[in-house]
Amino acid sequence: MNQHHRHEPLISLNKVNLHFGRNHVLQDISTELHKGCITTLIGPNGAGKTTLVRLILGLLKPDSGTIWQESNLRIGYMPQKLQIDKTFPLTVERFLKTAQNCSKAQMKAVLSDVGASLLLEQSIHHLSGGEMQRVLLARALLRDPHLLVLDEPVQGVDINGQLELYNLISRIRDERGCGVLMISHDLHLVMASTDHVVCINHHVCCSGHPEHVTNDPSFTELFGIKGSEQLAVYSHHHNHNHDEQGSAIPDPASDHNPRNKKGCC
Amino acid sequence: MPDFLIFALLGGLGVATVAGPLGSFVVWRRMAYFGDTLAHSALLGVSIGFLLDINLNLAVIICCVGLAVSLVTLQRQRMVATDTLLGIMAHSALSLGLVAVALLEIRVDLMSYLFGDLLAVSPQDLFWIYGGGFGVLLLLKLLWQPLLAITINEELAHVEGVNVPATRLILMLLIAIVIAIAMKIVGLLLITSLLIIPAAAARRLARTPEQMAVGAGIIGCLSIIGGITLSWHFDTPAGPSVVVASLAIFIALYSLPTKQQA
Repeated sequence: MNQHHRHEPLISLNKVNLHFGRNHVLQDISTELHKGCITTLIGPNGAGKTTLVRLILGLLKPDSGTIWQESNLRIGYMPQKLQIDKTFPLTVERFLKTAQNCSKAQMKAVLSDVGASLLLEQSIHHLSGGEMQRVLLARALLRDPHLLVLDEPVQGVDINGQLELYNLISRIRDERGCGVLMISHDLHLVMASTDHVVCINHHVCCSGHPEHVTNDPSFTELFGIKGSEQLAVYSHHHNHNHDEQGSAIPDPASDHNPRNKKGCC
Repeated sequence: MPDFLIFALLGGLGVATVAGPLGSFVVWRRMAYFGDTLAHSALLGVSIGFLLDINLNLAVIICCVGLAVSLVTLQRQRMVATDTLLGIMAHSALSLGLVAVALLEIRVDLMSYLFGDLLAVSPQDLFWIYGGGFGVLLLLKLLWQPLLAITINEELAHVEGVNVPATRLILMLLIAIVIAIAMKIVGLLLITSLLIIPAAAARRLARTPEQMAVGAGIIGCLSIIGGITLSWHFDTPAGPSVVVASLAIFIALYSLPTKQQA
């Protein structure tokens, strides 16, 4: 973490420790999140990824270490899953309004931004998994956040939908210049649209550019040779996407593929 | 119309108007059993009020809030499951109340506390109902957004700057106040029904939380009118008649052909 950072940090963690009972869940975690930079948190199940995010969100307090954040930092948070009780009548419009008092035009704009413009009048209980993720993302964006925190944003979405969502997240970062922190299980899809990877297993195993991380021995140890091979294969594929008719459209993410960029994080 | 009927009607409508929106939160947040437990402690509050010689409504509110706070504290320790804990508290509180009434030799009409005495609402009760009710509605209006936010998702609300524990505590306080003022109308054994039946019925027609809250208030008022009419014509007990009326509305609404719900 001693690299030179071009962007100002939004949040910085210094030697953060957290215990759950006797379980030392987070050990000496130090990392920084930057403006305009997509940071992806990866690690095996139970590695403490969600716990770390909850610390960053202020939902948990560390036992030791410090978490510094820019004053008046506005965070847009997209939870992994939002279970809304069926007894709670809620349309997408009313749901978006609970984030921020906003006009109908603003809501329509942000919904079309995330590719969900037809959902405004829909009941929240009738959305598919992918639609719900987009609505949650739209709600986070309505707050005009400095930092977008996404806990497994593509969960329950099929492969094509996952690619689309990752591209969408990259585009949002480009347009708004906000920082992004996301958790991901899945290795090969996320790598293409991320600037900085932090691989944790209770402690930070390795961190840096996706390429740097995948060549790191501790990464190979965590995810096996297969995991790193998958990533190598991936960087040669999928430079296009499909529209609803199935014809190929160029992948916007490939324009700002971190490998084409220099020195973000 | 005789005076007592007018008072009964005014009192009932006041309580139902407040119980509607608050009952919606009880339904959304699955607090029905919680509300019931608080209501069961009201009799204990009454005996404490007699013992300390303070206003009975105030004593009931204090007792309910005290119970709510200790419930939350015990819940956090996770020694027993929440529903077990609620069951223990509800029936112990009621029994403690009954024992206290007997020990202190308080001469109260037990039936009127257990099942309400709508037709005996006095002008002084009306003062409490409308004073308390106005306060509750005002707080609900001021805190509407954060209350909805914590109902949707408490973590999301926290990240967006809502003080979650404080908001939750205020919601409990509001429920305690409504229980204290509604006890006169339907009695402590039936209070929860006035909170949840109109709200559950309104769910059928509502597409937004606001529609459900207002709808619950209206359905509650209709239940009061229906219940008092029933009681007047057939000489049935007023509190249970109100509950029966609200049940009839609930069944009627759910027998309607299904439309797409929000």
